[in-house]
Amino acid sequence: MVQALNSALDTLLTNDPDTLIYGEDVGYFGGVFRVTAGLQEKHGLARCFDAPISEGGIAATAIGMAAHGLRPIIEIQFADYILPAFDQLVSEAARLRYRSNDEFTAPLTVRSPYGGGIFGGQTHSQSPEAIFAHITGLKTVIPSTPYDAKGLLIAAVEENDPVIFLEPKRLYNGPFDGRHEEQVKSWAGHPAAEVPEGHYTVPLGKAATVREGGDVTILAYGTMVHVALAAIEESGLDAELLDLRSIVPLDIDAIVESVKKTGRCLIVHEASRFGGFGGELSALVQERCFYHLEAPVARVCGWDTPYPHAFEWDYFPGPARIVAALRKVMEDIDGEL
Amino acid sequence: MRSNSLYIPQPTARPGDNPGFDHLAIPAVGETRRPEIFDSESQMRDMPFGLVRVLDEEGQAVGPWQIDVDPEQLRAGLKAMVKTRLFEDRMFRSHRQGKTSFYIRSTGEEAIGAAQSLVLGKADMCFPTYRMLAWLMARDYPMLDLVNQIFSNRDDPLKGRQLPTLYSARDYGFYSLSGNVGSRIGHGVGWAMASAYRGLSDISIGHIGEGTSAEGDFDEALTFASVYKAPAILCVTNNQWAISSFAGIAGGEHTTFAARGTGHGLPGLRVDANDFLALWSATSWAAERARQGYGATLLELFTYRVAAHSTSDDPTKYRPKEEAGAWPLGDPIARLKQHLIRIGEWDEERHAAMEADFDKEVRQAVKQGEAVGTLGKSKPPVSEMFEGVFEKPDWRVLEQRREMGL
Repeated sequence: MVQALNSALDTLLTNDPDTLIYGEDVGYFGGVFRVTAGLQEKHGLARCFDAPISEGGIAATAIGMAAHGLRPIIEIQFADYILPAFDQLVSEAARLRYRSNDEFTAPLTVRSPYGGGIFGGQTHSQSPEAIFAHITGLKTVIPSTPYDAKGLLIAAVEENDPVIFLEPKRLYNGPFDGRHEEQVKSWAGHPAAEVPEGHYTVPLGKAATVREGGDVTILAYGTMVHVALAAIEESGLDAELLDLRSIVPLDIDAIVESVKKTGRCLIVHEASRFGGFGGELSALVQERCFYHLEAPVARVCGWDTPYPHAFEWDYFPGPARIVAALRKVMEDIDGEL
Repeated sequence: MRSNSLYIPQPTARPGDNPGFDHLAIPAVGETRRPEIFDSESQMRDMPFGLVRVLDEEGQAVGPWQIDVDPEQLRAGLKAMVKTRLFEDRMFRSHRQGKTSFYIRSTGEEAIGAAQSLVLGKADMCFPTYRMLAWLMARDYPMLDLVNQIFSNRDDPLKGRQLPTLYSARDYGFYSLSGNVGSRIGHGVGWAMASAYRGLSDISIGHIGEGTSAEGDFDEALTFASVYKAPAILCVTNNQWAISSFAGIAGGEHTTFAARGTGHGLPGLRVDANDFLALWSATSWAAERARQGYGATLLELFTYRVAAHSTSDDPTKYRPKEEAGAWPLGDPIARLKQHLIRIGEWDEERHAAMEADFDKEVRQAVKQGEAVGTLGKSKPPVSEMFEGVFEKPDWRVLEQRREMGL
């Protein structure tokens, strides 16, 4: 996925002189996760450069550049560090078009590695997607495969509105399915690891049906797509798995169609449950599919604690918890819950 | 000796006290030198403690910052200031009459917008504070559009989405204002970086109040401006008061706001912002410096907020009523008028005629705006509420609009 993202950025820099990349350590060094490796050398200093450790300043200057007409792509080194930029993203980027009646817009893309599974503790593991999804005027995109990562990133940068692009860091080097005790897998051989050269896009707001099934619909994004797939295998159920790919815009039609077909819905995300994006998904599903539901909408999420270091795998919603939730959601609504 | 208590800064005068500004130690006219634009920051470290002044008490232009300005431009500046003051006094009364929810005046600070608007070019971009209406007046922004924005009526150019006075006017070099102060000064630096990136000679000028300079946004903007040598001018408008908090609450007791540049390697100039010519001269100097690639300059625009913070506060509750009258650097309109008369380019008769003309223009614009409607009596179509969230609305917006029957 790292190479796919790098290829997306390389394509963007090659095709559009109005794109530029900056962030902490992204220039000469190529980023702490190597996503921007080689780009400065290939495209020049001013196309991919280091920024001060100042997420607020990075976001503010990017908004000014975007208002001027550029398409800045900024990297926030870890999504856990995005909060100093939050005011800029919420009060400025998200509302500039609206409040100025289209005179000024902010077509910037904020890339940031997010999520757990790497023993990063409280400050390198969080999943802040829900707080961005709540903000009117921001789009929030989360890829789960190398193919999608490249296509979605190009689409995000080409959007004329600000996009938060969260990269599941545990997927950077392989399709992690939550079975952490097993040997680390690489992307090699994975069907979505083949990434075409050059320009292509994956549209925002279109979910992918990763697995078709009739028993239950699982809604997931990012790392949890792979974890859910492993859980489906373990459970032996014929579950349908939707990878949302972007949570704003949200592919509501795909969700409704699937849940109406299966009559059951399980939502999976790494972020804490209370107030998480699963709450919104759950509300939408019950508003639109209530008479098709045969069981309460269920959620498997991170616990409502800070992300704990030593308890990584106790916190992380792994396959075992998903299997248990699947079993429960398959119980008849009149039976014991 | 350290006293056994927490130090809390206090202004020299509160209501009931005699106003006084003796503590400010204002340098005399002509005393502050004029460095070369190519001088390094380290050669200019005295500048944040001086005060760029040109007009003396008799209205003569004197000293090293004296600059030749076409009298036509000076008259344009005077007009923009007078128009601004008349307009704002009228809109303040409109607020009292319930015709709008909010108004904010720039009384005493009109020279800032007026001078800088005329000094800078059409392709430069200003990232203003909400006390810079004179910028728009100097560029002849249509007064009726201002009134309609303030009344949030059917013809509001911002479609009823933004608080009164928080204009946006891209064609006039005026960036979208917002009520959360300070968060756009970094946009100005980004704009300047974009201009440099694209090889253009445009610059940006960004503003922040002395109170808001305590926000991280300010230091972040200075950092980026310095690191990337952004072709920008950054201004701290020090009008002495942030609502009821005096400048000391923002750290103004211990140093000047211009000196905030020093730690960032940016030259800082303190400018008498009630002196139109000083503003003209210092802004031109900083603009030239930016255009020639020497980087950003920090200007402290030293002035006094004569009006209340906004229509929501009563300044007699926190500062002496007579304080504005005691401000040692006078009134910007009176001072430029005095200068123009002195150099034979203006007279009382023309001034009175100009005031009468503008009074008429303001009345007419307000009347026209009132005919469209005042707050609550007229508004843009409610469907406008759902426009402009994104370039293209997503299903949420479309569904919610339908839910409202639109």
